Amino acid sequence: MSSALAAALAPLADIAASPRFFLEVLIGGVAAGLLYSLVALGFVLIFKASGVFNFAQGVMVLFAALTLVGLMERGVPVGAALVLTAATMVVLAVGIERVVLRPLVNQPPIILFMATIGLTFFLEGFGEMLWGSNVKKLDVGIPDESFQVAGILVNKLELSAAVTAGVLVAVLAVFFHGTRIGRALRAVADDHEAALSIGIPLRTIWVIVWSVAGLVAIVAGIMWGAKSGVQFSLSLIALKALPVLILGGFTSVPGAIVGGLIIGTGEKVAEVYWGPLVGGAIENWFAYVVALAFLLVRPQGLFGEKIIERV
Amino acid sequence: MSAVAARATPLLEVQGVSVRFGALLALQRVSLEIHPGEILAIIGPNGAGKTTLLNVISGFYHPYEGRILFQGRDRTRLRPPEVAALGIARTFQNVALFKGMSVLDNIMTGRLLKMRSHFLLDALWVGPAKREELRHRAVVERIIDFLEIEAIRKTPAGRLPYGLQKRVELARALAAEPTLLLLDEPMAGMSVEEKEDMCRFILDVNQEFGTTIALIEHDMSVVMDISDRVVVLDYGRKIAEGPPARVRTDPAVIDAYLGVPHA
Repeated sequence: MSSALAAALAPLADIAASPRFFLEVLIGGVAAGLLYSLVALGFVLIFKASGVFNFAQGVMVLFAALTLVGLMERGVPVGAALVLTAATMVVLAVGIERVVLRPLVNQPPIILFMATIGLTFFLEGFGEMLWGSNVKKLDVGIPDESFQVAGILVNKLELSAAVTAGVLVAVLAVFFHGTRIGRALRAVADDHEAALSIGIPLRTIWVIVWSVAGLVAIVAGIMWGAKSGVQFSLSLIALKALPVLILGGFTSVPGAIVGGLIIGTGEKVAEVYWGPLVGGAIENWFAYVVALAFLLVRPQGLFGEKIIERV
Repeated sequence: MSAVAARATPLLEVQGVSVRFGALLALQRVSLEIHPGEILAIIGPNGAGKTTLLNVISGFYHPYEGRILFQGRDRTRLRPPEVAALGIARTFQNVALFKGMSVLDNIMTGRLLKMRSHFLLDALWVGPAKREELRHRAVVERIIDFLEIEAIRKTPAGRLPYGLQKRVELARALAAEPTLLLLDEPMAGMSVEEKEDMCRFILDVNQEFGTTIALIEHDMSVVMDISDRVVVLDYGRKIAEGPPARVRTDPAVIDAYLGVPHA
């Protein structure tokens, strides 16, 4: 028993022995975590504004990356391709509002959730039809190599991803916490009918949040695609965003960020130090175990609004 | 002279409006007028089409025939936010408050249409937006005083007892400073004391702010006490209209309420 405990604690000694390596692991974790945060942010925005859990968020990331790469492969310069991709995501948001959300106003959340599942399969097929299903390489002009800062190895690509994600998150925080739009968003999330009756243009709000979620998906798609290629598995990072949401709370923008960082660094540290003890692959399930533990203790997440339900 | 002029131009006209849900005719060629400054009660048995009528006026449903004129202009096809922008505020039968938000925030949402700066600029342009926020806050505080809900201003709306929720919903509607206020059963499920308070508030709103009010109500004693005119609906048709004292003795109305079989 005591030897098992000793083995479990041994990695702590490793951390203490080489703090520099530990820092490198942490930085890698932060970079991955910010990307989780970005995907989670897309969920939070839509959930806040429409009470819809958007199952298609992951596929939106894939679709955005596919569109960008597809355009670049056809010889469109990076800048123009980015603008066109952004325009595509806005058109997509307008289309989703018209075809999916508008006819389903005032339906129970489960119906809207089902609609987003349908949307997932549509976008997946539509993206492949347009751009093909083979794995594509996305070159954003930042080499996937490392340099040293004060003796610590930092990956250039990860660093730029982290900085971009950080800036985007700050911009969004300012955008959505300005008193009026914040209040209007919460109002829309709370009660569609009442929001309409006090003059909130529901359709405009929906187009705005889906567009922003689409733009966030582009950034996540670029960062992720540059690391591991643009392919179908990109849409699966949505599954990693779920534990982030449970940790941070479905309705909280800061929660999505902090949740992403905790999951990102946590799973990297667990994998590197404790992985060898159990034969590795901790990274694959660590996030879900943390989320499960959180559900038992604090179901509304770190920053989520406490759920009050009168029965 | 002025009374004659007021009669000549109603604030809102419903002209021959019919609403159909599949095979069900919820409203059949209903016409009525709401005059400026009056309190109009819309009554009728369950399923008579009262709420449907309110939903048509506030743009939630669109009639398949007939027209709706507000201040003399055709407003039939407008959507709810556009109707709200015209100065028509409403409450709902089952209380539609933003349950997670505080009472104060709920009432502040009623001011959204009154806020001048564009809401996208609002996030960036801190100075003027802040000043505007404070101005609206002052208006809202006056309404809070008026409806005597100072004590609960920070409470999440979802935690309040039903009677108070109804009062907060009225406050949110008032915050928009409406020309026409539509109340869907403002006193349903209230205790006698709460009903008395609500009656007093409705009369005060009508007299002090000159707000025109159309309300749906089941409690006949309330209707008799506060309304200037009564419109009676039954099976989607208007069966009577007039001052309360006359309507209550109308044989058609008595039949509708006592359930005389429809031939």
